[in-house]
Amino acid sequence: MTTRDFTPDEMMAIAASRALSNTDVCFVGIGPPSAACNIARLTHAPDITLIYESGTIGTAPDVLPLSIGDGELCDTALTTVSVTEMFRYWLQGGKITVGFLGAAQIDRFANINTTVVGDYDNPTVRLPGGGGAPEICSSSQEIYITMKQSKRGFVEKLDFFTSFGHGEGGDHRSRMGITTKGPTLLITDLAIWKPDPVTKEMTVVSLHPGTTKERVQQTVSWAVRFSDDLQETPAPTEEELSVLRALKARTAAAHAGNRVETA
Amino acid sequence: MAEFLSLKDAVKKYLKSGDTAAFEGFTHLIPHAAAHEVIRQGIDELTVIRMTPDLIYDQLIGMGLVRKLIFSYAGNPGVGLLRRVRDSIENSWPRSIEIEEHSHAALANAYEAGAAGLPCAVFRGYMGTELQRVNPNIKKINCPFTGEELAAVPSIRPDVAFIHALKADRKGNVLIEGIVGVQKEAVLAAKHSIVTVEEVVDELDTHMNACILPHWTVSAICEVRGGAHPSYAQGYYGRDNKTYIDWDPIAADREAFQAWMEEHVLKQGPEVFADRIKGLEVTS
Repeated sequence: MTTRDFTPDEMMAIAASRALSNTDVCFVGIGPPSAACNIARLTHAPDITLIYESGTIGTAPDVLPLSIGDGELCDTALTTVSVTEMFRYWLQGGKITVGFLGAAQIDRFANINTTVVGDYDNPTVRLPGGGGAPEICSSSQEIYITMKQSKRGFVEKLDFFTSFGHGEGGDHRSRMGITTKGPTLLITDLAIWKPDPVTKEMTVVSLHPGTTKERVQQTVSWAVRFSDDLQETPAPTEEELSVLRALKARTAAAHAGNRVETA
Repeated sequence: MAEFLSLKDAVKKYLKSGDTAAFEGFTHLIPHAAAHEVIRQGIDELTVIRMTPDLIYDQLIGMGLVRKLIFSYAGNPGVGLLRRVRDSIENSWPRSIEIEEHSHAALANAYEAGAAGLPCAVFRGYMGTELQRVNPNIKKINCPFTGEELAAVPSIRPDVAFIHALKADRKGNVLIEGIVGVQKEAVLAAKHSIVTVEEVVDELDTHMNACILPHWTVSAICEVRGGAHPSYAQGYYGRDNKTYIDWDPIAADREAFQAWMEEHVLKQGPEVFADRIKGLEVTS
């Protein structure tokens, strides 16, 4: 059973969750990726392995962590390894099937900027930086990205090249010596995008219910390519929505304060 | 050989103006009390290293004590940006700082290389990123056996490493459990180390593969209950996410920041941390 009573953010999280399977070993970014990965775990993919860069492997948090290292992640993990081991053995060693990331800026070839807006040495906005993303992008077998669409975020040219998606397109990844697939899926609040098999330009393959091509174009700085076989994303089911809303409610309550007042 | 000192005496003894210091703890066990002691003592011209600068480097930088920052993710996790770090980089307030920016993989490898006594770390990374354009300490190296191009960064060898741990026994052996981050590597890589702990106990009561720093790897141990707050200590108290969220508007305003630091850091001592975790303790 599906419903039309949902927000674009909810559609984004749910569409992203559907991309994950029970057999995935997923390196989870904080924010929207974390929500999507846990909805997948709480609905159709209960056996998915979720890994956070803090070293927690096979974690199953009851509430979404505010940071990538909340105690909830460690409490519910199969095991917790050092951050050094996480990046060396598990990520660099090729054990991750999907790296799931967010981004501040993205371009048509799914390259990511999370470093600066403006010039690096004289930035307009100093963003947090790459964190784990540069190596997640090159070492995970493939990359899913989830972020809201806006002209500020979907740019013609990145201010800084933090993490390599498909570079200038085509076979640029393999020319760089990168053997993994890179970004294969981009899920936004309006649509689902996949790279063209040859040019690697991100192409809209599915519009979320109620969204138009015009609306998608209005939030993107380059001329958007749409698939010849454009689909409509199935609306969220009642189950997906109730799981997402319950997770968000538990999370909001937990983050508002876990301090117990004592007399 | 671990010496039991007050936090004030330990910082005074080991950290000097102009030193390179690493304060580690990956979200968990962040040494807040130690950073506040450094701020109270006004030890300046520091080069500070940390994968995730977090609130403590927002505070050290906002107080003008830092000359150079080496980091890989300068955000308030899940909340937003570090506004004092931004103000320093964007507007040189209260001073300009030099930054050396890496990825997490690079710094994790660099700590391990430091602990291993190597001059540099080699790993598969920085492929196609622009960070090597702005950071001359990122180099390429070819594998002598396969020819594969790999990344190299200098190892981290701090003058002083600061960490917070769960407990120490009376000899000074230290136990870290939960998210262990890069703390073991940071201590083993450093010339000196200062470890604050939740408590000192007769027996660590641990298991055979536990993450232990033997007493002879640690310079000073300081008992500071709650010393990681608003970060957390596994099994002792939870992360105070509300304080992380509340930090954003304080750090956004220079005067609010200075007033907060005066009230909550400069006028206080390490003993206030025990009060700050009241109501956050793990009860089960």
